[in-house]
Amino acid sequence: MLRKLFKFHGGVKPQTNKEQSTTAPIAAVPLPDRLVIPLHQAVGGHPRPLVQPGDRVFKGQRIGGADGSLSSAVHASTSGLVRAVAPAVMPHTSGLTTLSVIIEPDGEDRWGELDKVNYRSTPPDELRDFLRDAGVVGLGGAVFPSYAKLKPGKEGKLKTLVINGAECEPFITCDDMLMRERAGDMLKGILAMRHMLQAEEVLIGIEDNKPQAVAAVQAAIAASGQSGIEAVAIPTRYPAGGAKQLIRVLTGIEVPHGRRSTDFGVQCFNVGTAYSIYEALELGRPLISRLVTVAGNVNAPRNYDVLIGTPMDHLVRLAGPRADTDRYIMGGPMMGVRMPAFDVPVVKATNCILVGSEAMFPAPAPEMPCIRCGECAKACPADLAPFELYWFSRSKNFGKAQEYHLFDCIECGCCSFVCPSHIPLVDYYRFSKSEIWAREREKEAADAARDRFEFKNHRQEREKLEKAEKLAAKAAATREKVAADGATAPAPGSDAATPAKPAPDAAKRALIEAAMEKARQQKAQAAPKNTDQLSPDVQAEIADIEARREIVAKPAASPLPPQDA
Amino acid sequence: MFTALFVMTGIALVLGAGLGFASIKFKVEGDPLVDKIDAILPQTQCGQCGFPGCRPYATAIAGGEAEINQCPPGGEEGIRKLADLLGREFKPLSEEHGVEKPKSVAIIDENTCIGCTLCIQACPVDAIVGAAKQMHTIVASECTGCELCLAPCPVDCITMEPIAETVDTWKWRYPVFQIAPAALDTARQEA
Repeated sequence: MLRKLFKFHGGVKPQTNKEQSTTAPIAAVPLPDRLVIPLHQAVGGHPRPLVQPGDRVFKGQRIGGADGSLSSAVHASTSGLVRAVAPAVMPHTSGLTTLSVIIEPDGEDRWGELDKVNYRSTPPDELRDFLRDAGVVGLGGAVFPSYAKLKPGKEGKLKTLVINGAECEPFITCDDMLMRERAGDMLKGILAMRHMLQAEEVLIGIEDNKPQAVAAVQAAIAASGQSGIEAVAIPTRYPAGGAKQLIRVLTGIEVPHGRRSTDFGVQCFNVGTAYSIYEALELGRPLISRLVTVAGNVNAPRNYDVLIGTPMDHLVRLAGPRADTDRYIMGGPMMGVRMPAFDVPVVKATNCILVGSEAMFPAPAPEMPCIRCGECAKACPADLAPFELYWFSRSKNFGKAQEYHLFDCIECGCCSFVCPSHIPLVDYYRFSKSEIWAREREKEAADAARDRFEFKNHRQEREKLEKAEKLAAKAAATREKVAADGATAPAPGSDAATPAKPAPDAAKRALIEAAMEKARQQKAQAAPKNTDQLSPDVQAEIADIEARREIVAKPAASPLPPQDA
Repeated sequence: MFTALFVMTGIALVLGAGLGFASIKFKVEGDPLVDKIDAILPQTQCGQCGFPGCRPYATAIAGGEAEINQCPPGGEEGIRKLADLLGREFKPLSEEHGVEKPKSVAIIDENTCIGCTLCIQACPVDAIVGAAKQMHTIVASECTGCELCLAPCPVDCITMEPIAETVDTWKWRYPVFQIAPAALDTARQEA
């Protein structure tokens, strides 16, 4: 059957460079000397550490528990000894550290106890919790916790489940190899997702430069005998693998600004995510490894099944990096980010390590002024006006940039790719976005501080009032008491003609009298308490001291001698 | 002629009644300008501007009693925003009111703290917890870095720690190359 396909706006056709890494099958990686597993690998809250240095962990044991409403667990990738729970450099452009669990493998690679789940008989909420604790996140690169996406929309079911096997970014072939070699298991994961989302149809979008993958997936679908699932070859054009772009190509639905695809009955997942869902549900294995393409400046580009936490240089060494290698890029040449060091760990977001050198990726030509040619607007797959965003970002006019929908930018790099002035446009957008986020954080902090300040003032006022009320009540009570005493005692003798005038005076005197009496009583009660059980020796000593005190006190009590001599 | 007079008087009465009604119905409580200024100020309530808190300073700016460059925590950016809002000229931060510092939080040295509660009373945002003769500690997430707790502490056990950048708060750098002035280069060559 021929399916009608749609087109998204813009896009570019960079050289794909995919053949090199698809000649050899997926390879395993020998255990490294140590694994560095960052606790924060996915979108959402920071997982809290569940292990301590010195603990023995099994393969697949949870070492970071999901914390907060959107968070995903982290697991030990192999069995071994926890050496440290300490900050380590993260695979992030900033080169900053984040809390990581450092594991020394014991070489046995022993699994702990594995819980499997039958997704057909388990309620959806429990399944979602299970996937959260299995650490399943989107493996396409956005690392969004999958359980949060596995909720059907308001109608309780979904029309179309889109599975993203487009893999449009040059050099990267991990999804391609996954579909070629593990299509059957991946399909089981897709069926589980389809069950959870109650999706009517499933469309697996694969770019037509991967005919083997399309054939493998189609064969797996035929073997499963399921209906309503289709592997669709789509035209190769970057960025067809963007979620919104793929949805547009397959269904013709254009998700507008500020809306979600589920509002239109569509949800999109990566093929790698489908495979890890299969592993989690049917084998009980949490997400502890992923496929990573090693390509670029290496002798044997290839895909590896890599444990999360493996140092990148350990992995790249297997592929034979060339001598002039000077950088690792996580991701592809269009969207990838340069790593701050060679030994940063592979994380859930690492789909590719692009090994680079000065010769392979020469420094970009110097940035020239924007000539307003409009090429970037023609290439933008999100239908934005990149040149406008550029001017506003450059002049730090962030409000205007947001008005031009800066946050709809997917940072695909098409605009920078076509720019004849070699302007690093995406860098400007990233700068603007992070500035806007920082401002929002500051604004929130300021608002919270204002609320707290106002509350403190309010509380102080209230306390003052309460104190005044309490005092007034107490004074009134004593006054009443005194008045009652006075009424019983001096009433018979008092003059009936002038009761009003001397009353306040008498009342005041009575109050003072009462207060002094109270003070006397308190003084009597506050006798030293540590003189009960004393030995005769100590008592004698105290008596001695008291006697001396009296001698000292006597001259002081006598009037001072005249000063003038 | 009388018709014209009647018509004009009638119109005047109707419009006057309308305006009078509107002025009661749509009466604005407080000064909206003060709110707008207050929204720009960083809400540290530190008093470095010479006013007891951000709102009094906002009121003073709106009343023309204060300059816009008296808020060190707001920094240059805050001054720019105020200048934009009020249509005034930008001016650098006034030195007598302090200097812009990196964002910090107060840290109590818990071994030295004697539990006097003076800092708790000074904190404008209730970010210090503790009780008399009990150790105090600072709720770092609520601390605005106003430094108001430093002065009252009798044992000087509070220090300000700049907030370190994390992966979550890290920002992409401004991609525009800042070209160094030529004079600096030649000076370096001569040296």
